Amino acid sequence: MTLAAPTPAATATLTTLIAGRRRAGLLAVTGLALACLFLTIVAIGQGAIPIAPGRVAEILMARITGDTSLLEGRDVLVVLNIRLPRVLLGLLVGAGLAVSGALMQGLFRNPLADPGLVGVSSGAGLAAAATIVLGDRFLAGTMMKLPFAALPVGAFCGGLITTLALYLIATRGGRTSVATMLLAGVALGAMAGALTGLFSFVSDDRQLRDLTFWSLGSLGGASWTKLSVVAPIILPLLLLMPLLARGLNGLMLGEAEAYHLGIPVQRIKALAILLVALAVGASVASAGMVGFVGIVVPHLIRLSVGPDHRLLLPLSALGGAMLLVGADIVARLIVVPAELPIGIVTATIGAPFFLWLLLRRTSLIDV
Amino acid sequence: MSEANPILSGHGVGFLAGERRLVTDANLELAGGTTTILIGPNGAGKSTLLKLLTGEIKPAGGEIRIAGEALAAVPAWRLACLRAVMAQHARLAFPFSVYEVASLGVDGIGRALTRQRREAIVAESLAAAGVIDLAGRRYQTLSGGEQQRVQFARVLCQLEAGRSVAERQVLFLDEPIASLDLCHQLALLDMSRSIAARGVAVLIVLHDLNLAVTYADHLVVMDQGHIIAQGPPAKTLDDALLRQVFKVDLTLSRAPAPGLPFLLPQQHRARPAA
Repeated sequence: MTLAAPTPAATATLTTLIAGRRRAGLLAVTGLALACLFLTIVAIGQGAIPIAPGRVAEILMARITGDTSLLEGRDVLVVLNIRLPRVLLGLLVGAGLAVSGALMQGLFRNPLADPGLVGVSSGAGLAAAATIVLGDRFLAGTMMKLPFAALPVGAFCGGLITTLALYLIATRGGRTSVATMLLAGVALGAMAGALTGLFSFVSDDRQLRDLTFWSLGSLGGASWTKLSVVAPIILPLLLLMPLLARGLNGLMLGEAEAYHLGIPVQRIKALAILLVALAVGASVASAGMVGFVGIVVPHLIRLSVGPDHRLLLPLSALGGAMLLVGADIVARLIVVPAELPIGIVTATIGAPFFLWLLLRRTSLIDV
Repeated sequence: MSEANPILSGHGVGFLAGERRLVTDANLELAGGTTTILIGPNGAGKSTLLKLLTGEIKPAGGEIRIAGEALAAVPAWRLACLRAVMAQHARLAFPFSVYEVASLGVDGIGRALTRQRREAIVAESLAAAGVIDLAGRRYQTLSGGEQQRVQFARVLCQLEAGRSVAERQVLFLDEPIASLDLCHQLALLDMSRSIAARGVAVLIVLHDLNLAVTYADHLVVMDQGHIIAQGPPAKTLDDALLRQVFKVDLTLSRAPAPGLPFLLPQQHRARPAA
């Protein structure tokens, strides 16, 4: 039984509309995926020893197929041991940060929400600052033996503790209040920022330099070991995000409406928060504080294909991965042989671009 | 009027917000094929009762059963097949299109349906709510009345998608015509009546007493958290009730043809009752 038969003209228009949307989505996904692959190969070729993209592709293919005859020469070592882990880390962290941003914006129904805003990054940052400044004094032995492990582990724990605190503050009787969480996040972020400032105030010159450099972010120091720790923490976010897309779409109407639509609201919220905490903690731990990815990328995607999370989340992952790898190329090339912190690049490119978008499209945020 | 086997029934339902009793000892049955209309002054507890019956909030006492099961025990996704809800204010955080908003009704519970069937349901619902020509527009650029009709289309989608799973369904509409012009008010209420005619139990919160009387099979009057009268509209609404509940000193007239009461508001004759 039908409710009301739509007119043939209206049906035709609607069919065109749906087909157009599906085509645009498909085009965007394949286009970005190909662009991301291309950028990855180009990025591996860039650096102190330039390697042609063709040779990079050849080495990667040989590595995948196990053809050892082609795996000789200095460039093979550079590609496989230095550049590849660095680019992979960039892809992972970029994708993780952008998807985290998109998830938080959906969860908070607020286009300005970002892991940076709700204090998760600041919490991770505070823990890192504490590790740098206090580590010398209290963990002297550990710091000597594991100088690169203490910092990421500290940052990761900081991010997780902040998120957990936020969640506990905002949850009463099994329901998580998104508004409370946003406000508490701002407060916790301010507190973490102040304490981080205090640590930089009492730090010595070397610690201050470490602190500054780390707080601006860098993909330097990427290794297969680091990657093997970070990947299992960020990947669940990227693999499980399709499970969240439908629920987040429903949440756009409001929590009560989402419940009426049959969405397990509380479960969606808990899963999203956990995945974001893990991904952001791991990102901050491995690459420092890289700002702007989580807010710029999802907005760009929304502008081009709309806010449907089934497209928004995978496209944000691709876009974020590209933005970070692209920014890393700039960071490596612009002051050769030194390296610019990547956070400086993302913010100096990202912020004006974002402002330009705001001026061009006033409808970007119309809530 | 209570049928032998109502789809949804509430017995002794109460709700407390802190110390305040918002709903006290409400007894209500919603039968398939009937339109129940809930009226009452602002703050009478109408929306709270609606939220209790939809499962959005848990009652402090009493029992609510839907399709023979305790409401609290039905998981969210199955409840979504059994009932659809159109709330008072629905604002969107991001610029979804009208088509996408209506599709939300089938995206969740219509996963077992084919894509063609889902798209057909959305098209029919958009047509039924009179918003099919707006399908490509962004929801936020619509007027308040148009947005309300899009929400109605979404609810129709959900009912239609749920029909494949549940035969006995309830439709809740909380002030669905608040922003609509007269033509669309009648169109929406006509549509909800034809939904009731298919066996769905419909519960509507309305403020317009004349429309409530015209469209209700069963009229429920609430005041200060209590259901103080319910029954067929012609027998339920009288001058004494108007004075007691709405604090207005007005006289009901009888329309000639169906003999339903109607009210012609007059200037400033309101007075507080003792």
